[in-house]
Amino acid sequence: MTAPAPVSAAPAAAADLRGGRRYTDRAFRAAMLAAAGIVLLVLVGTAVFLVTSAWPALRHYGFLTFLGSDRWAPSDATAGSTHPNPYGIVQFMYGTGLTSLIGMVIALPVAVAVALFITEVAPAWLRRPLSSTVDLLAAIPSVVYGFWGIFALIPALHPVVNFLTSTLGKVPGIGLAFAGPFFGVSYFTAGVVLAIMVLPIMTAICREVFATTPADEKEAALALGSTRWEMLRMAVLPRSRSGITGAAILGLGRALGETIAVTMVIGNSVLAITTSIFGQGATMASVIANEFTEATEPFHLQSLFVVGLWLLIIALVVNVAGKLVVRRTRADIA
Amino acid sequence: MRARFSAVAAGVLGVALAAAGCGSTGNVSSNSGSGSGTSSGAKNVSFGSANKQLCSASVNTAPKYANPIGTIAGGAKTLSGAGSTFASPLYSTWASAYSKATTVTVAYGSIGSGGGVAAVQASTVNFGDSDVGMAPAEIAAAKGGPVLQIPVLLGAVVAAYNLPGIPAGLKFTGNVLGEIYAGKITSWDDPALKKLNPGVSLPSLPIAVAHRSDGSGTTGIWTDYLTKESPAWVSKLGGPSKSSGKTIAWPVGIGGKGNEGVSAVVSETKGAIGYLESDYAIAQHLTYGQVENKAGKFIEPCIATIVPAVNGVTFPSNLNISLTDGSDPGVYPIAGTSYALVYQHQASKAIAAGLVNFFAWVLTAGQDLNASVYYAPLGAGLQKLAYAQLKKITVGGKPVA
Repeated sequence: MTAPAPVSAAPAAAADLRGGRRYTDRAFRAAMLAAAGIVLLVLVGTAVFLVTSAWPALRHYGFLTFLGSDRWAPSDATAGSTHPNPYGIVQFMYGTGLTSLIGMVIALPVAVAVALFITEVAPAWLRRPLSSTVDLLAAIPSVVYGFWGIFALIPALHPVVNFLTSTLGKVPGIGLAFAGPFFGVSYFTAGVVLAIMVLPIMTAICREVFATTPADEKEAALALGSTRWEMLRMAVLPRSRSGITGAAILGLGRALGETIAVTMVIGNSVLAITTSIFGQGATMASVIANEFTEATEPFHLQSLFVVGLWLLIIALVVNVAGKLVVRRTRADIA
Repeated sequence: MRARFSAVAAGVLGVALAAAGCGSTGNVSSNSGSGSGTSSGAKNVSFGSANKQLCSASVNTAPKYANPIGTIAGGAKTLSGAGSTFASPLYSTWASAYSKATTVTVAYGSIGSGGGVAAVQASTVNFGDSDVGMAPAEIAAAKGGPVLQIPVLLGAVVAAYNLPGIPAGLKFTGNVLGEIYAGKITSWDDPALKKLNPGVSLPSLPIAVAHRSDGSGTTGIWTDYLTKESPAWVSKLGGPSKSSGKTIAWPVGIGGKGNEGVSAVVSETKGAIGYLESDYAIAQHLTYGQVENKAGKFIEPCIATIVPAVNGVTFPSNLNISLTDGSDPGVYPIAGTSYALVYQHQASKAIAAGLVNFFAWVLTAGQDLNASVYYAPLGAGLQKLAYAQLKKITVGGKPVA
C-alpha cells in the first residue's frame, strides 16, 4: 500500500504521478471485478434461491413426478399425500414451446425479409427511418402488447381463424390441432403477439449481419450477371447463416420468458394440454404470474418455484445450444 | 431528418392506439339496462333493468348506525391493511373519507384474500381482509394468537355474459350455472337455458366460460353457491371439498387474472359468461343475469336483494358463515361478505386504539358509504354482531373499548 520512498526531487514527481495512476488503475480494476462478480453472483444466487425455494416440493413429490403429468390442480393437494403429484407441469412446457414456436415461425421470415429490404433493397433515404421504426417496436412495453392483443388483434384474427377451424379443423387427424371453437384467447394468439415482440431484436441482428457482407463479393455476383435476388441468395444469405441463427436464438430467448403479454391472451387453462392451437393453455411464465399472489394450497408456492426452476433450466439449455450452433456455422463458413 | 422521422413515428403510433381504442368500444356488449348511475346517498339503487319490483324498491342505503365507542384517545395516526381485492374499492372510499374526518391515514393493499390471510398470519400489517373466513387451522398458524373476523360489507357476485342483442336479466338456476362451469352445457341454445328463458331467441353460440386464473375470494363465494345448488358441478369436481374454494381445478374455460381479467374476457368474447364482483360488472357496462334463489324466484342483484342475505342466518360466535343461497324469498342467492381480520390481543395500545376507532367508524358512518361503490351496508342484525367484536380487542389483557 505504501509508495516507495522518493530518491530525488525529479524522479519523485514521476513516482507520484505513477503512484497516482496506480491507485486509479487499481480502483478501476476493483470496480470492474466487482461488476463482473455481481453478474455472476446474481446468476448463481438466483439458481440457488430457486432450488432452495422449490426444495420442499421436490422432496415431497420427487424430482421427476412434476414431469409425469399435465394436470395442475392445486386444490387437489393435501399436506400429507405424495401420490399422485397434483402439480404436473408438462402442459406449461408444451405451452411455452408451442407459443414460442408459432412466434418464431411467423417472425423469422419476416425479420429476414425486413432486414434484407432495409440493407439491400430500400432506397437510401428510407433505410434509417424504417430501421428506427422497427427498433421502436421494442420500446413498446409488453403489457401494451397484451392490451393490443386483446382489443385489436383478437377481433382481427376472428374471421381468419374461424375460416381455418371450419376448413383445416374438419380434416381427420391434423384437424385436432386446428379445431374450434375459437374464443379469441389461445396459444395461437399468444404466438402472434410473441412474433411481433421478437421481431425488433431479430431484425436488428439480421440487419447488422447483412451489412457486414463485403461489397466486392456482392459486386462480383452482380458482375457475373446475377439478378438482385440471385446476388442476395449467393453472396449475402450464405454468409449470414450463423448470424440469422443467432438472431433466432435471441428471439427465442425473449419468447420463452415473456410473461404479461402472453398471460393476457393465452386463456390460462392449466388443467391439461389442449390439443388445438386455437384452444386455451398456459405457459411456464404465465402460471407463475397468475398464481403466486394467492398460492395458499399445500406446496403450491413451492411447486411454482419448481416451474420457475425448469424455466431457468430450459432457457439456459436453449442459450447454450444456440451458442454451439452459432459456433459450428461460423466454423463452416471459415 | 430526425425530427421529421419522429413526427412520422408518432403518427403511426397514434393510429395504432386509435385502432386499439376502436376495438375496445366496438366489441363491448351493450347494456340495455337503464343502470341508473347511483351515487352516495341515493335512495333507489338498481344494477340493471330487470326485476323492477324488487330493485326499484326504496332501500335505505344509509342506515346511520350509532357509534357508542366513538373515538378512543391515543390511537395511531397511520394504519396498514391488506387483502381482498373484492373489498378494495370500498376500503379506498373509507380510507379517504376517514382521513378527511380524523386525519388518520389508512393504507390498504389490494393483494387478494389469500395474501391478506398470509399477511395477518405473519403480522406484517395491522389488519387483513378476506372474503372467505379463516379456517381454524389458518388461525392456529397465526403468529399473534386468536384472530377476530369482522364482517364489513355485503356484496354480490354476478353472472355477466356477452350475447349481442340479448338484454340484461337472462335467467339462470344454480344447477344450470354449475353445468355450464362443469362443461356439460356448452351452447347458448341448450334446452335447459331455453326452458328458463322462453321468448328469448338464444343464439347457437358456443359458451366461452370465464373464470379467475388466480386464487380469489370471489371464486370462493361463486363456487360455494355452485356447490350448494349443482350436483353436476360437485360430481365433476370430485366432491364438495374440491368443488368449493378460492382455488379450483377448472374443468373448462378461459382464465382471467383478477376481476379485471375476467371482465376483459367477457366484454371481448361473444358468447362468454363470467362471474364478477358486481362493482366490476357495472364499471364495464356488462349485462348480467337473474339467478333463482332458494324460494324459486329469479332475482336480479342489487342492494335491495343483497341485504336480505343475512335474514334467517344464525351466526356462530366467530361470525364465519357462508351467506350464499339465503332463505329470504327476495334475496339474490350469490351474496357474500368480506371479513376484516384483526388480532384479538394487540401488543401496542396506539395500534389497538387506532384499529378500534377505524372499524367502529367503518361499521357505523362508514356503512353509509357502501352503496356509493355498489356494495350493500350490513343489515342491522349483523352490524350489531360485528360491532360487538370490537369490544373483544384487548391490550395486556384489558379491553380497549
